[in-house]
Amino acid sequence: MNYFPDEVLEHVFDFVTSHRDRNAVSLVCKLWYRVERFSRERVFIGNCYAISPERVIMRFPGLKSLTLKGKPHFADFNLVPHDWGAYVQPWIEAFAKSRIGLEELRLKRMLVSDESLELLSQSFVNFKSLVLVSCEGFTTDGLAAIAANCRFLRELDLQENEIDDLCGHWLSYFPESCTSLTSLNFACLKGEINLAALERLVARSPNLKSLKLNRAVPLEVLQKILMRAPQLVDLGTGSFVHEPDSETYNKLKATILNCKSIRNLSGFLEVAPRCLPSIYPICLNLTTLNLSYAAGIHGSDLVKLIRQCVKLQRLWILDCIGDKGLEVVASTCKELQELRVFPSDPFGVGHAAVTENGLVAISSGCPKLHSLLYFCQQMTNAALETVAKNCPNFIRFRLCILDPTKPDAITMQPLDEGFGAIVRSCKQLRRLSMAGLLTDQVFLYIGMYAEQLEMLSIAFAGDSDKGMLYVLNGCKKLRKLEIRDCPFGNAALLTDVGKYETMRSLWMSSCEVTLGGCKILAKKMARLNVEIINEHDQMDVGPEDGERVDKMYLYRTLVGRRKDAPEFVWTL
Amino acid sequence: MDGTLGLLGGGGGGGSSGASTNESTVSKVEVVEQDFVGMSSEASSYPAEAELELGLGLSLGGGGVKAKPCTWGERGRILTAKDFPSVVSHGSSVPSRFTDRATAASVGPVSGTKRAADSVSQEGGSPTGVSQVVGWPPIRAYRMNSLVNQAKSQRAEEDKSRDASKKKIYSKTDPAAKEKCHLGFVKVNMDGVPIGRKVDLNAHSCYETLAQMLEDMFFRSTTAVSSIGSSGEKEQSQKASGYKLLDGSSEFVLTYEDKEGDWMLVGDVPWGMFLTSVKRLRIMRTSEANGLGPRFQERNDRQRCKPI
Repeated sequence: MNYFPDEVLEHVFDFVTSHRDRNAVSLVCKLWYRVERFSRERVFIGNCYAISPERVIMRFPGLKSLTLKGKPHFADFNLVPHDWGAYVQPWIEAFAKSRIGLEELRLKRMLVSDESLELLSQSFVNFKSLVLVSCEGFTTDGLAAIAANCRFLRELDLQENEIDDLCGHWLSYFPESCTSLTSLNFACLKGEINLAALERLVARSPNLKSLKLNRAVPLEVLQKILMRAPQLVDLGTGSFVHEPDSETYNKLKATILNCKSIRNLSGFLEVAPRCLPSIYPICLNLTTLNLSYAAGIHGSDLVKLIRQCVKLQRLWILDCIGDKGLEVVASTCKELQELRVFPSDPFGVGHAAVTENGLVAISSGCPKLHSLLYFCQQMTNAALETVAKNCPNFIRFRLCILDPTKPDAITMQPLDEGFGAIVRSCKQLRRLSMAGLLTDQVFLYIGMYAEQLEMLSIAFAGDSDKGMLYVLNGCKKLRKLEIRDCPFGNAALLTDVGKYETMRSLWMSSCEVTLGGCKILAKKMARLNVEIINEHDQMDVGPEDGERVDKMYLYRTLVGRRKDAPEFVWTL
Repeated sequence: MDGTLGLLGGGGGGGSSGASTNESTVSKVEVVEQDFVGMSSEASSYPAEAELELGLGLSLGGGGVKAKPCTWGERGRILTAKDFPSVVSHGSSVPSRFTDRATAASVGPVSGTKRAADSVSQEGGSPTGVSQVVGWPPIRAYRMNSLVNQAKSQRAEEDKSRDASKKKIYSKTDPAAKEKCHLGFVKVNMDGVPIGRKVDLNAHSCYETLAQMLEDMFFRSTTAVSSIGSSGEKEQSQKASGYKLLDGSSEFVLTYEDKEGDWMLVGDVPWGMFLTSVKRLRIMRTSEANGLGPRFQERNDRQRCKPI
């Protein structure tokens, strides 16, 4: 390969797109490292504190797309205080000062401010795509800045962010000259929208393929929008309520017949089930259906809808579908690859839920299933063993039993054998999240069989340090381990400290590790940041080494301790 | 793991279902118990432990074979030992490790946990169960909030008579107002200063304190990190030329945008009324505020907004 000029190498590398492959390419030799870094356009950073923006800029001067992830995953469940960190501001500042021609920014679990968005919008002439997932800290003013200043904006995708909706006219800030939009998702905004501005924006965006509306957009306006944008592929409705006899509704039915390209459907944040027949014509071609926010659709309406969706590959649903409804899914959706069943009433009485039977039905009807998130009332080993046999192709398997330490509902045994069957059978399993009564035994199985496992989430499981050690020793590809409320202590933590440098991060909360243990770890491993989150007023008292730590988050990093940690976060 | 031991002992040992235990389970229990014995000295140092016989919260039907009617009536109800028959039978001497983990938490976003000792002492000495556990079930906070809001609005709808001919722009004034009340933060921009700040209106009870705070914020240099924690906020050099924002004697005047989008002088209406209608604040140059009276029609920062 030394005989090829750099341009040829670069051309070959163009075909290498996944960041992992490109990382591997860059390790081959210095020449390849050099060619690769100058030609890399997309950079993925799984932990924003693992590296500094300056170093990223130095290494990849041709960078056009940056993906950043901030807070640890358990922040989703309020286990991490809001001001823990993960600010995007320093990144945007650094990039703005450099000559990087940023075109795309994708953020997950980061703190974003209006100032950051404003700076972003003003600093990169060719900025095209902003995707924010589970972020917070900004308002619709920041969106207005993006709309106003990014002349070539193609994509503004807001997924499940906490946005302070000032009910302003941010949509109106898209200039008349902006006709480049391909994707607009503001479903998570809670306030009013300037409907006329929205209609005009859609009308002048001929390339719009993906549009997800928020609750404030009524059915009449949806109809007008669909008239203007029959080319949509991806649609998220807002409010879907009207009288079925009305002229508006009839117009909608006719309009929808014209929308032959819709493949992904979501929304129904507010819905009158009588209006659902209007979408039956598009159900036939749907590959993705997300009804996880459509609490208004249940029972026979839901089943009727699902029966139309024979080509479905991805389904997100609420557990009010019930086991019977899942049987309908199993018999209808033979192409199903991903299923997520969310609880509709997480703290409620429990009648509107699914059990192991629904899952077994799915597994026998949908052999292509590879990704699962399943919140259920109960589970059994037998069911899991059946599922493992029916669906050996699982890549992601996340099971959550609402009562976290519930044993096998029939035998009252721990669910070790069931999950053991899953990891034994699903050799490509990369992500696993378990629930129910679990002992060290299940970790032994995971260590033995889950060779491709990259991410493991454990809660209320295990008996002793052995459990955690089985996993650390056995899972060679482990990258993220997150543990809460398990009896794993210093012995488990400190046995193989080198392991953590092969991983992105480790989270342990409400376990048995002590401050002393964490200090030892921090001392041994200079390239790890070991952070303790201490929210109690013990700063003046000063916890002793023998005390258990409430929350520990450690991650590998090339840039040492971070300088923006709040006072309740100690980096040891 | 104490808690698991308790449950394991309960579940494996028979619990309410009387399930038979096989050899391996029994031996496992024994092994674990030995481990437990070794830990007992550590365990006994925790306060209020003897009072507690705990399993883990959130049982939705108990561990028994028969489907128990769920005792989890409302969100946040304190579970008692009665809810965990299979646990409690063996639990009396088992200090469930969850006692220390138990937290009292509301459904909404909670950024802290409380030690069990705190929450338990509030319940009194009787063996009460654990309150809701933070972060369980593992549902993204955004989705959880959305569920809560949907449940509330469904209840509200059931109360109201449905008028389908009414245009159903789902005006989320209630949750939006709630959010505002909850946050209390409004943006403040000052003419000539590129970066705005945020103030918590709930922290003030009258115009004077608000004005004082804004004067401190914008007219005196500060080294304090802003409340939103962004490291990017910079202060302009302080302006010494007059800083009384409320009485019209300075170069600047304090204005606000109300719900209708109009810009008004701050101070004209009663404080309470101001709080409900203010959306954001602007420290405007007095020269630009000419004609700014109780109603200011000109939208000089909305030039891009096309009239409908």
